[in-house]
Amino acid sequence: MRIGVVTFPGSLDDGDAARAARIAGAEAVRLWHGDPDLHGVDAVVLPGGFSYGDYLRCGAIARFAPVMESIIDAARGGLPVLGICNGFQVLCEAHLLPGALTRNQHLHFRNRDQWLKVEATNTAWTNGFTPGQEILIPVKNGEGCFVADPATLDKLEAEGRVIARYVRGNPNGSQRDIAGITNEAGNVVGIMPHPEHAVEALTGPSLDGLGFFTSVLRALAGAAAGGQLAGGQQ
Amino acid sequence: MTTQQDKSGFAATDVLANEFADGPDTVQKAEQSPDELQPFADLGLKDDEYAKIRDILGRRPTASELAMYSIMWSEHCSYKSSKVHLREFVAKVPKNTRMLAGIGENAGVVQVSDDLAVTFKVESHNHPSYVEPYQGAATGVGGIVRDILAMGARPIAVMDPLRFGAADHPDTARVLPGVVAGIGGYGNCLGLPNIGGEIVFDPCYQGNPLVNALSIGVLPVERLQKKEATGSGNIVVLLGARTGRDGIGGVSVLASATFDEEAEQRRPSVQVGDPFMEKLLIESCLELYDAGLVTGIQDLGGAGLTCALTETAAAAGTGMRVWLERVPLREASMSPTEILASESQERMLLIVTPENLDAVLKVAEKWGVWATAIGEVTPRGEDGSPGRLVITWNDHVVVDVPPGSLADDGPVYERPLREPSDLILLQADRAETLPRPATGDELRETVLRMAASPNLCDKTWVTEQYDRYVLGNTVLAQPEDSGVLRLDEQTNLGVALSVDGNGRFARLDPYEGAKLALAEAYRNVAVTGAEPIAVTDCLNFGSPEDPAVMWQFAQAVRGLADGCQQLGTPVTGGNVSFYNQTGAAAIHPTPVVGVMGLFDDVTRRIPMGFKNSGELLFLLGETRAELSGSEWAWVTHGHLGGRPPKVDLAAEQALGKVMARASQAGVVSAAHDLSDGGLAQVLVESSLRYGVGAQVTLPEDVFVQLFSESAGRVLVAVPRAHEAAFTALVTEFGVPYTQIGVTSETAALEVTGQFTIPLDELRASYSGTLPKLFGTPAQDESGEVRSVTLELIEPKPQP
Repeated sequence: MRIGVVTFPGSLDDGDAARAARIAGAEAVRLWHGDPDLHGVDAVVLPGGFSYGDYLRCGAIARFAPVMESIIDAARGGLPVLGICNGFQVLCEAHLLPGALTRNQHLHFRNRDQWLKVEATNTAWTNGFTPGQEILIPVKNGEGCFVADPATLDKLEAEGRVIARYVRGNPNGSQRDIAGITNEAGNVVGIMPHPEHAVEALTGPSLDGLGFFTSVLRALAGAAAGGQLAGGQQ
Repeated sequence: MTTQQDKSGFAATDVLANEFADGPDTVQKAEQSPDELQPFADLGLKDDEYAKIRDILGRRPTASELAMYSIMWSEHCSYKSSKVHLREFVAKVPKNTRMLAGIGENAGVVQVSDDLAVTFKVESHNHPSYVEPYQGAATGVGGIVRDILAMGARPIAVMDPLRFGAADHPDTARVLPGVVAGIGGYGNCLGLPNIGGEIVFDPCYQGNPLVNALSIGVLPVERLQKKEATGSGNIVVLLGARTGRDGIGGVSVLASATFDEEAEQRRPSVQVGDPFMEKLLIESCLELYDAGLVTGIQDLGGAGLTCALTETAAAAGTGMRVWLERVPLREASMSPTEILASESQERMLLIVTPENLDAVLKVAEKWGVWATAIGEVTPRGEDGSPGRLVITWNDHVVVDVPPGSLADDGPVYERPLREPSDLILLQADRAETLPRPATGDELRETVLRMAASPNLCDKTWVTEQYDRYVLGNTVLAQPEDSGVLRLDEQTNLGVALSVDGNGRFARLDPYEGAKLALAEAYRNVAVTGAEPIAVTDCLNFGSPEDPAVMWQFAQAVRGLADGCQQLGTPVTGGNVSFYNQTGAAAIHPTPVVGVMGLFDDVTRRIPMGFKNSGELLFLLGETRAELSGSEWAWVTHGHLGGRPPKVDLAAEQALGKVMARASQAGVVSAAHDLSDGGLAQVLVESSLRYGVGAQVTLPEDVFVQLFSESAGRVLVAVPRAHEAAFTALVTEFGVPYTQIGVTSETAALEVTGQFTIPLDELRASYSGTLPKLFGTPAQDESGEVRSVTLELIEPKPQP
């Protein structure tokens, strides 16, 4: 399986996302922001960083990169897409996910090992977890405070589209402690903490992050075997 | 003394005003008006220095040349006061086959395997960070990273030794949050993990905070870059950001003079950073190196284009022809002098062959970075003499100088030295005679008070503003003794890095204080199991014009050079920061020493925290009643006096060998170096790291055992199964050891017969201090934030 990792100018965790994909057993394919060709990848990761310097608004410029046009189309067609941190911001700006990520409530960048409780496990990127499972993954952001209007939040919760919430402390003030969400089809997931930094015992606080990458491989294998992507495509 | 420098910022403006009114001052005009009065004194040049410039040129300098000489001959660029002392490092450099580049390069380069080398360096950005904390600190990170990049390396981490005034002083509440946010804002956006550093508070730094920045990079040996502008006919390319009016006079106005009340008016002398541009600059330079397109390269930092042009040409002995109007500007009305003096960030100067120019421009375009051919390399004289640097601006010749006269032939001073007159009295006022806590309750109280003191308390409030995970190779980061990085995912080759200094010890004895800083950094690296191999230093001192400061400097340099010689770890490069002084009050002499160590296999690193209960705790090294200059004397008595602890570098080496072998044999589960706050602080930190307590029994005198700051000591936790192997190892190297207790089942720190402190209580003291001092209103004291509710946000229209 081939997982594409996009590099925008200012992407920082692209190498880490590629490494995580490799450790999970996939082939990592680097995608360039200016090249609309997705090179036949089976899934895409939009990595963390400060694309275009986070100028204007986080993710606001990256959303218009040539590669994003192809990704937006492909995502609507069911391609699994994971946006991590800045990638989550890009997905919100691209309207593939609802809500927005705003300045942390305490106004500081914050990097810590963060406990999350996984909720929705019927997505392409979380099917390897069990509902209610607590996982430890680094969080690091300055603008990770998830906000949406109450109706949207209610809808996300009613439809089971919150994939993980912060537990044992909310690091940035996100509404309803939301750390990550999915689209209706379950193929597009955005998460603020960094699973790609929790894939090796030597460098991470746990191996819990690997579950996101093995999940998508499982979903792809299932789809290849004639099934549907986890989460289904309604 | 300061009057002449007070006006320097404004005087420079006067010079520029003339340029606008009458067109640029040219070589022709200089020849026609030899007697024109020039504001050299306002630019910081002495009478004899100005005379020397006239002598070199055979005429008066043009306005641009005068500015260039004033910058290049400033203390910051020329090392004119420190040069004669820094020779000690070269004279005493230990034999070492690993060194690929040393002092005088942008950064020292050390070979770590057959095909990989590492480059690292620490630098100061003290004055700008006081004037404008956020940008000052941010561009400090940017500057050191470009030094590393210029050697051909990919920067892979940063560290920041920081020193501020009193923690509860209102101005510290201005400076510290800005500095921390600046370091985080730049380093995080650049994608470099911040893996360690120091945060120290002392009133002596009130008007002169020390913001030092260290960066480390890794390169394939064959990618090592040179700065020489070789090859007549080669093209000089300016890569990166456009040039603006920021940072004019940075090195001469800010870094080479003492402060006065008007410091805030110097904000225009502070550069403004753009980390996004620097990230693009890094990626484009690395792509250029890998494609073999670069003949020579130099970063633009302090002294901007002036420094880069003169140093690259002087290093090669070539000349250079530069068309200044080709430099891309942010502000079209900039004069030639301003363009030459600007310290705009995120710029590199490349020397490339004419055949490679198109390819270079193409790479720059790919990354969206400006690249402009601004000049070409010209030959040496017919007699083989060095070439000349000729700069024109719209066909006016504004500069025609021998580049070496700026870069290499600056003034050198043997400044007068005199031991500070108060030193004898200070050394006689020993802390060993101060009243001490006597009962178990008093000791308990002291442990808690010390753990909560600003210098010893939990620094998480600061360090969690830094990304320590990016790049995915961080094995250990703060609060560990060293930052540890994996260099190679296949072989697990890795490095450990620590930076340390102790201004109080250096104040009491600068020679021993410098050695103590070296010993501590060496030990911090060694306790992780790495083999220390190289040193970098940042020497922060007061005004060199004060003989007492100069004496401290000379002593500290000698101490560090002697120490490095004895340990066999060469100084590979570093930086001197003088004029950290307000009025007559200088900071404590503060040599900050960075030591790098090597792991053949980084998976065997030893962390600092207790992980399992029931393991044996051994204290290695000798504890003496050494309390002078200690954190205890400072926190409980506000006392500084006496003589610092003894340094025994042979003992440090033996300790280092024990730790390396213990790491290879896997017989130690945790190890923590003893320094500020002594054993008490180590027990606090190692227990709180993973919430595993300790029960220890200490010999008399318990107070001395807990709070002495004797050097050469480490606390280790040894699983019972490895006891015999461990004690045999320690005995083999003749390192004294005492079994003082065990890691315990109960979550508490217990000193038998004296006191018990539950870890929750300890943590509350240890972790509460910085959030209370610097926390934002949205935070409660635990650092947690409440979830926000936004009712007014409109749903986003769907496309």
